[in-house]
Amino acid sequence: MSDKPKLPSPQGNPESKPFWDAATQGKFLFKRCNACKEPHYFPRALCPFCFSDQTVWEESKGEGKIYSYSLMRKSAAGPYAIGYVTLDEGPSLLTNFVDCDLQTLKIGQRVKVVWKPTDGAPLPFFTPI
Amino acid sequence: MASDPLAIPRLTGQTIRWEKRQRRSDLSIKGKAYIAGAYEHPTRKAPDKSIAQLHAEVAKGALEDAGLTKADVDGYFCAGDAPGGAMAMVDYLGLKVKHFDSTDTGGCSYLVHLGHAAEAIAAGKCSVALITLAGKPLTAAPPPRATGAEHDFEVAYNATTHNIYGMCAMRHMHDFGTTSEQLAWIKVAASHHAQYNPHAMLKDVVTVEDVLNSPMISDPLHRMDCCVVTDGGGALVVTTPEIAKSLKRPLVRLIGQGEAIKGPRGGEALDLTYSAGVWSGPVAFAEAGVTVKDIKYASIYDSFTITVLMQLEDLGFCKKGEGGKFVADGNLISGVGKLPFNTDGGGLCSNHPVNRGGMTKIIEAVRQLRGEAHPKVQVPNCDIALAHGTGGLLGVRHAASTVIMERV
Ligand SMILES: [Zn+2]
Repeated sequence: MSDKPKLPSPQGNPESKPFWDAATQGKFLFKRCNACKEPHYFPRALCPFCFSDQTVWEESKGEGKIYSYSLMRKSAAGPYAIGYVTLDEGPSLLTNFVDCDLQTLKIGQRVKVVWKPTDGAPLPFFTPI
Repeated sequence: MASDPLAIPRLTGQTIRWEKRQRRSDLSIKGKAYIAGAYEHPTRKAPDKSIAQLHAEVAKGALEDAGLTKADVDGYFCAGDAPGGAMAMVDYLGLKVKHFDSTDTGGCSYLVHLGHAAEAIAAGKCSVALITLAGKPLTAAPPPRATGAEHDFEVAYNATTHNIYGMCAMRHMHDFGTTSEQLAWIKVAASHHAQYNPHAMLKDVVTVEDVLNSPMISDPLHRMDCCVVTDGGGALVVTTPEIAKSLKRPLVRLIGQGEAIKGPRGGEALDLTYSAGVWSGPVAFAEAGVTVKDIKYASIYDSFTITVLMQLEDLGFCKKGEGGKFVADGNLISGVGKLPFNTDGGGLCSNHPVNRGGMTKIIEAVRQLRGEAHPKVQVPNCDIALAHGTGGLLGVRHAASTVIMERV
């Protein structure tokens, strides 16, 4: 489905704007809390673990491994694979796996981020390394 | 191996504080509210009715079952399926209420409502509470699932119930060796029960092989791992002990309820192999003062076979990871196995109004406690029953609620 043109554009808001601005430059950001040192994704202004407002942007290498996935065999846009990636930096996030043979996906497989265009900021997808 | 939810440091701190908090018995709902009326709409396809009309029909059915009238109702509970919410429904139904609650946590909303109704009754806020669910997804798609702050970061990935529950099953298989054959036994058990339910959408008994041979929908879930989609609804009337005892129906009372919410929590220590039932279950059991060994019958929300398996583990009917073994070989079939479940055929075979399974779970548990289930599936001496469900998306954000009921 990644090659279908109509991906929804992120609406954005003051809290998430730096993420989407970085995305347009191909940079994949997450947040880390300076109080408890824990990383999180998607980004919040206040740390979801300790509620500190001392959260800072950090750039991810955009690599990780598949935590789980499921291949949806049929949809209006054709088959697609949803799943969670656990980034090397720690947080896990929901995504789709693209640009690969969807039948060969495996839990634990190494993947990296690929950006797919929308009418606004691009969206992060993942593909096997 | 998957992490133990109670071993995650940050969660543990909260969980211990939460569970060790002493429950003052005078603040419990135990024994303070009775389910006097329960009604499941017989329809499974209702193109000729409106959604509000279906709500009214189930409300009328539950009140007639209780032996009460609309004028007796002074509390109303509904969720996202009710057109216009509580304000519009109270007006449409012609109610006059002094307490209402429109908590929406998807399919488990009605299990939550039952607990909240008991709280309101125990606190004297109302004395006859009506809870309704109805809708017709076969005629018109239900409203889209509400999204929160995660919207921009997730909406493009097309999470559906099928693929999100599929991800949970995939990881459960990876961590614990759970098999498709074991999951299939859950559908097989439901079908054994549905054959006796004249209203069931699917009445044919199926085999493990039938399930495995049904088309793959979203790996590793086959079509027969998925529940049915039906129009319909159900309603409950919850009341005080005094009013319940003045009525002519068998006495069924609430003795414990718990509720919890689980999400990815910033992506930390993600573990899709357990649900919020690990938190709602212990609260309900502690309040009821019973253990899993006391449960004679269990209604377990069966949106998918994996949902049942995970919830049975989370509630403690077996150890985490051993759900596959537990459900195999007919262990959930009434009269055959150790834990009769969903004796109406459940969402997998009988009914799943508006894609929300919590209401029908309570109703079949009430039938069992009253001794009014079909004779072929009635559990002998069914004195304590449990109803449990999740709502939302199991592998993303979901709620769970556990209700324990007792025949008096
Ligand atoms: Zn923090």
